[in-house]
Amino acid sequence: MAIRDRLSGNEAVAHALKQIGPDVMAAFPITPSTEIPQYFSAYASNGEVDTEFVAVESEHSALSACVGVAASGGRAVTATSSCGLALMWEMLYVASSMRLPIVLAVVNRALTGPININNDHSDSMGARDSGWIQLYAENNQEVYDNTIMAYRIGEHPDVKLPVMACQDGFITSHGIENIELLESDKVTSFIGTFNPDVRLLNPKHPVSMGPYSNASYYMEWKCQQAYAMKQAKQVILDISKEYANISGREYGLFEEYKMEDAERAIVIIGSSAGTAKATVDSLREKGEKVGLIKIRVFRPFPMDELAKALGHVKAVAVMDKAESFSACGGPLFAETRSACYGIPNAPKMINYVYGLGGRDVHVGCIAHVYSDLEKIIKTGDIGETYRHLSVRE
Amino acid sequence: MKNDYVPIANFNELAGWKEIFPAGAVCEGGTAQLFNTGDWRTMIPSYAEEKCKHCMLCVPACPDASIPIKDGKRQDFDFKHCKGCGVCYKVCPFGAITLGKEDK
Amino acid sequence: MSKMVEIRWHGRGGQGAKTAALLLADAAFSTGKYVQGFPEYGPERMGAPITAYNRISGERFTIHSNIYEPDYVVVIDETLLSAVDVTKGLKESGAIIINSEKAPDQLRDKLKGYKGRVGVVDARKISEETLGRYFPNTPMLGAVVKVSEIMSEEEFIVDMESSFKHKFADKPHVIDGNMKAIKRSMQEVQIV
Repeated sequence: MAIRDRLSGNEAVAHALKQIGPDVMAAFPITPSTEIPQYFSAYASNGEVDTEFVAVESEHSALSACVGVAASGGRAVTATSSCGLALMWEMLYVASSMRLPIVLAVVNRALTGPININNDHSDSMGARDSGWIQLYAENNQEVYDNTIMAYRIGEHPDVKLPVMACQDGFITSHGIENIELLESDKVTSFIGTFNPDVRLLNPKHPVSMGPYSNASYYMEWKCQQAYAMKQAKQVILDISKEYANISGREYGLFEEYKMEDAERAIVIIGSSAGTAKATVDSLREKGEKVGLIKIRVFRPFPMDELAKALGHVKAVAVMDKAESFSACGGPLFAETRSACYGIPNAPKMINYVYGLGGRDVHVGCIAHVYSDLEKIIKTGDIGETYRHLSVRE
Repeated sequence: MKNDYVPIANFNELAGWKEIFPAGAVCEGGTAQLFNTGDWRTMIPSYAEEKCKHCMLCVPACPDASIPIKDGKRQDFDFKHCKGCGVCYKVCPFGAITLGKEDK
Repeated sequence: MSKMVEIRWHGRGGQGAKTAALLLADAAFSTGKYVQGFPEYGPERMGAPITAYNRISGERFTIHSNIYEPDYVVVIDETLLSAVDVTKGLKESGAIIINSEKAPDQLRDKLKGYKGRVGVVDARKISEETLGRYFPNTPMLGAVVKVSEIMSEEEFIVDMESSFKHKFADKPHVIDGNMKAIKRSMQEVQIV
């Protein structure tokens, strides 16, 4: 029986980590992720977990410590936000290229400047090409579930990659919501043990990890990483299925909401997907054929699957909670439009950059987007493809 | 993709990306021995056994561990790995080591 | 109750508006509801106006935005009436509940023509007499439950007691005072 509870998103992650019991947490506080190491360090000092908590002097050190732990064959975890993630940058690439299944709890927050503590996805979207798997959550339940699945996905022999389990800063991290928790013994048996075939602390098999590589090998190793990311797609689906057996909650690469007969759709990531679902419900009551796709897995990007899911739609708005300053749209737009390239009768597609720095997104904002799509279908004219939502002119 | 230890012998510039171990891990110890760095030599040291007092100053000075010792006495150079840097020649107080041009 | 009830809290940094919203979410959760309790975050400054929110429903809901058309507004500090547009979007079918020693009719002219019900409770007096210090959020919590009827008074009192026992496990002496504050505010709140 699931345990009915109400927790904030940060509490949910800390609780999941308590049930997982990693070998080491190394973390440095930064709003709004601070509560995760704060709660977890209390578990560690109370003896509720058998985890070594390392209070490091920076995020760069936090991830460096995790790299050391994972290379030695331990389970490592850290948590961060915004400029904390930026300071980890160098080590993000070290972790993924060394194929270390570290879990990073990202509580998404805008990057400076102007300095801002609220939510958008500019931090983790900036890290989208660092070789990490990225899972995004709509609510507290999903970030709890993703955190538990993250270790299994990252440690899978076909994958061996680090995983970011992302949630929206303050909106879910500090908001209390209903949640269903798993019994700890279920989590323990689902998680199993981490037995990497190669690890530093194994005197019988000495090994050097993270060596220099010149041009004659570098591309072969990058190719391995790219292949692992491709493999990760099926592994994520398999592990999500296994998780559904113990939790009753099913997850795919993305969620399709009322898409079967939808003529207009939005593609969106994170907590605003919940608000968008409420918008879809109210427009559906008026007979409008609208739906949405919520991306759960951004890395690896579900390109073929997304193309299939959008194939029958007339017009799509892709919602980016991050600027990419490409002068032609945000990162999710670039990839979604690329996914639909070459499919027959590809939907007309626009991009909305929204919700930057905590700009609130309510039902009215999303309804506005659907009404723009209606205009596009009626007139056949896409107009400006790269737009900003709820911005004062 | 292989998940077992891959012997270092499989590492060469012809091996495909599926043959080499993930992340460039080198799955054995002391693998520098397998590389014939003696090939890189342009100068070569030589050792006059009659002048050598076996003081052992040259042994730790060698950056390539190419001066073997047996029963407390230094042996001739390990020319498979000696790069001809000449450090041993500089540190020898007895003129027992000379440095000349490599004649391959 | 299947319909969603939305509540907006206005307070000043340090007065416990966020804690009150979280406690209300806790209590409603205990009665089997789907809940949200969340603050609107900015730079945290003692005394600056802050906002917190609750959504409470008998059915699962997914919305994640601030609340623009609340059913109820709670004003923890009377001085906010002139500083913040507290009745903005407030449904006339709902109510505003204000911490004040004045009568509801004396406050109406500060509410920009709001025609719904106005509730008043003297949370300062109650807090000082039951807790010995000024913690207005607990009495306001009692008042909002009484006025909004989002749960039965009996259920609420039982839930709060267990919640306080958990929250104040290391200072049990404050539990009694908090419970008295809640019960008194439920009796003393005037609604017109």
